Amino acid sequence: MDRMPGWLRQHLAALRAVAVLTVLLGLVYPLVTTGVAQALFHHQANGSLVEGGHGSSLIGQSFTDADGNPVRKYFQSRPSAAGDGYDPTSTSAGNLGPEDVIDTPDRKSLLTQVCTRSKAIGELEGVSGARPYCTPDGVGAVLKVFPDKAVSVNQACPAVPFVATYEGRRVECARPGEDYAAGRTVPVRGDATAVVPADAVTASGSGLDPHISLAYAELQAPRVAKERGLDQAEVERLIRQHTTGRALGFMGEPAVNVLELNLALDRS
Amino acid sequence: MSTTLAGMLFIASLIAAVALVWKPFGDHMYRVYSTTRHNRAERVIYRLLGVRADAEQSWGVYARGLLAFSVVSILVVYGIQRLQDKLPLSVGMKPVTDHIAWNTAISFVTNTNWQAYSGESTMGHLTQMAALAVQNFVSAAVGMAVAIALVRGFARRKAGTIGNFWVDLVRGTIRILLPIAFVGALVLVAGGLIQNFAGPHEVSTLTGGTQAITGGPVASQEVIKELGTNGGGFYNVNSAHPFENAATWTNWFEIFLILVIPFSLTRTFGRLVGQVRQGYAILAVMGVLALASVLLTNVFELSGNATVPQAVGAAMEGKEVRFGVSNSATFAAATTLTSTGAVNSFHDSYTPFGGMMTLVNMMLGEVAPGGTGSGLYGMLILAVITVFVAGLMVGRTPEYLGKRIGAREIKLASLYFLVTPALVLVGTAFAMGSAEQRASMFNSGPHGLSEVLYAFTSASNNNGSAFAGLTVNTPWYDVALGLCMVFGRFLPIILVLALAGSLAAQAPVPAGAGTLPTHRPQFVGMVVGVTIILVALTFLPALALGPIAEGLS
Repeated sequence: MDRMPGWLRQHLAALRAVAVLTVLLGLVYPLVTTGVAQALFHHQANGSLVEGGHGSSLIGQSFTDADGNPVRKYFQSRPSAAGDGYDPTSTSAGNLGPEDVIDTPDRKSLLTQVCTRSKAIGELEGVSGARPYCTPDGVGAVLKVFPDKAVSVNQACPAVPFVATYEGRRVECARPGEDYAAGRTVPVRGDATAVVPADAVTASGSGLDPHISLAYAELQAPRVAKERGLDQAEVERLIRQHTTGRALGFMGEPAVNVLELNLALDRS
Repeated sequence: MSTTLAGMLFIASLIAAVALVWKPFGDHMYRVYSTTRHNRAERVIYRLLGVRADAEQSWGVYARGLLAFSVVSILVVYGIQRLQDKLPLSVGMKPVTDHIAWNTAISFVTNTNWQAYSGESTMGHLTQMAALAVQNFVSAAVGMAVAIALVRGFARRKAGTIGNFWVDLVRGTIRILLPIAFVGALVLVAGGLIQNFAGPHEVSTLTGGTQAITGGPVASQEVIKELGTNGGGFYNVNSAHPFENAATWTNWFEIFLILVIPFSLTRTFGRLVGQVRQGYAILAVMGVLALASVLLTNVFELSGNATVPQAVGAAMEGKEVRFGVSNSATFAAATTLTSTGAVNSFHDSYTPFGGMMTLVNMMLGEVAPGGTGSGLYGMLILAVITVFVAGLMVGRTPEYLGKRIGAREIKLASLYFLVTPALVLVGTAFAMGSAEQRASMFNSGPHGLSEVLYAFTSASNNNGSAFAGLTVNTPWYDVALGLCMVFGRFLPIILVLALAGSLAAQAPVPAGAGTLPTHRPQFVGMVVGVTIILVALTFLPALALGPIAEGLS
C-alpha cells in the first residue's frame, strides 16, 4: 500500500469505505432493525392491518361503490389525489396553489373543486353546501372584470351568472373558447357561511389520510344512523370511541379513524 | 384547548426538548471528534479501508478524500438503481431511468434528497436501504466532518492539518448517527411505522374495491432521513404518508430528530474552541432566526389569507387531519430551516406568505440551525462576514476567535456566500427563459414562478423539499437541478475546507482593546442583521415576482 501514490490510495480508500459502510448501514442496520421491530412491535411493523383483512387502520380508503358514488351506510373519507383515490401505489397531494381560482379546459381550479365537493356533500347530508367564494351551482365565484363588462369565468354559458351586475357592469356567463386573460381577476366572497367542514372539501397531503375531523364525522352521523336504522346516539358513541385526541393534550388535532369507525358500525 | 394554544405548546415543547439534550449531546459529539482513541469496531473498519487513522491531513488531502468518497458514492448509488431488477428485494421494480438515476444519486450524496421520482413506484427495497439510506447516513457524517474541520481551523495554532477525513466520517457515522437511528427507528415502529421486506399486498376494501398495502423497511430509513437532515422519503408523499409519520407524536419526534444535531453542534463548537460562550452566541443567532420563522409560518398558515383557504375555512389543502394546520406549519419551517426537505404537508398549496416563509428559510442559506454540519459551517461563514463588516466600520483588521480575517479568508467566505444565490437565480432565469421548461409549471402566474424558484432554491441549498406541482422528472430539470445540487454542495465545502486550512496555519492574535467581542448580544444582533440583509438584497426581486405578488393580489 505504501508504495502507491497518495491520490490513488485515497481513491482506493474511498471505494473500500463505500463498500464497508454499505454493508454496515445498508444491510446489517436495516436487517437488525427489522428483526427487533418484528419481535417487539409485530402488528405495527407489518402495517397495522385491521381484523378481517380489509386494509390498514393507518391507510385511508374510499367508501364508494363501483361507480364512485358514496356508499350511504358508511362514513366517507376526505377527497384524495392519490391515483384514482386512496391508491397507496400512487400517493400524491393535489399541489394546487391558494390562488388557483380559474378553470381551464384541461382542469378545474382548486377553488371550483372545493365548491363542487361542498355542494355534493351538502346534497348527500341534506345540509347547505354553500361556501364563501362559491356560486350556487358549485363552481368558484370569480369574475374577470373588463372596462365595459364582467365575466363569471367559471360559469360556462348558458349558465346564469351568480351576480347580475358588478360595480355597474353587466355580468356575463363565460363563452367557451374565449380568452379572458386580459381582465382583472376578482374572486367574490358572497355572504355564505360554510356548514361542510374544511377537511371534507380538501385533499390531504398524502392522499391516504385515514382520518376525518370530528365535525365532518358529526355531519355524517344522521345519514349513517338513518341508513342503518341505528339510534343516532349510538353512532355518536362509536364516533367518540374511534376518535384520537391530541397526544399529551397538545400534539396534533383530534381525528376520527374512518375505516375503524365503519368496521365498528358493521360489527354493531 | 384552542388550536393556536396547542400549536404554541407544540413549539414550546420542542424547544424544551432540544434545550434539554443540547449540553449532554453537544458534549458527546465534542468527545467523539476530539478523542484520540479508536474503539475496536473502528480499528477493524480502518484496517478494511486501508487508512492510517492517526495520520492528520492538510486541508487539500482532507478535501480530496471527501470528494473521492462522494464520487464513488454517486457511481454506486447510480449503479444500484440501474441494476435493481437484477438484485434481490426489487419487488418488481424496473431499472430506474438514466436521468432520474443520475439526479437521485447526486441528490442523496449531496444530502439534498430532492425526489424526481415517486418512491413507491420506482425504488425497490434494496435500492432504498443499501443505496439511498446509506447516503442518508454518510452525507450527514460528511457535513458534520466539514463543520468540525472548520472549527479545528479556528481552534488550532500554526497547524498544517485539520483532522483526518476517514476518521471523522467513520466516527460521526457509528458513534453519533447509528445508535440514535437504531433506537429512533424502534420508537417510530412503536408509533405505527412499518419495518418489513414485503412487497405490495392486495386487500379488498370494505366496499369491495381493492387496495395495495405497501411494505418496506420504512422506519429504519425514516429516522435517518430526519436525523441526518436528508429528507428523501420512502414514499412520494414523504412524511405525510401514514407509514412514514403515523401519529401526532411521531410527527413531534421527527421534528425533534431534524433539529437535534444542528442545534447541539453549537455546543460542540464552543467546546472545541475552548469558549463555551461562543457556542451560546451562535446558538442564539440560530434560535432567534428559527423562532421568528416558525412563528411567522404558523401565523400565515393559521390566518389562511388567500382565496381558496378563505373558501375552505382553513389552509387544509395538502395537510393531514391528524397534524392540523399548526403542526404542519411547524414541520414545514423546521424542514426548510434545516437542509432536510422532508414534508408532512404540501408547500405548493400553502398560503402565499406561508409558502414564502419556506422559501426564505432556504434562502437564508439554511443556517438556522441548518443541516447536520452544513448549518454550523454556514453560520460560521456568516459570523466571519459579520466581523469583516464590523471591521470595515471601525477601520480595523477583523478577527474572529483569535484568528485574523485577512484578504484570503474574506475572499473564501464571500465566494462561499455567492455560490448558492448564483445557482438559484441563474437556474431560475434559464428555466423561465424557455417555453419548454415553463410548461413544467403546474400552476400559472406568480405561483408558477414560485414553483420554479423553489425548485432551484431547494436544489442549490441541498434542501430537497418542493412546490411539488412542478413536473421535474424531465431530462432538462433532472440535469439542471442535478448540477445545482453538485455545485451547491461541493463548491462551498471546498471553500470551507480551504478556509479551515488557512485559519489553522495562523498563530492566534491575543484579544486587544479593539477586538469585537463575539459572545455578546450585540454580536448576535449583528449576525442576525447581516444574514437578513444579505438575503433580502439577493432574493427580494425574485420573491416580489413570486409569492409576494401572489399574496398581495
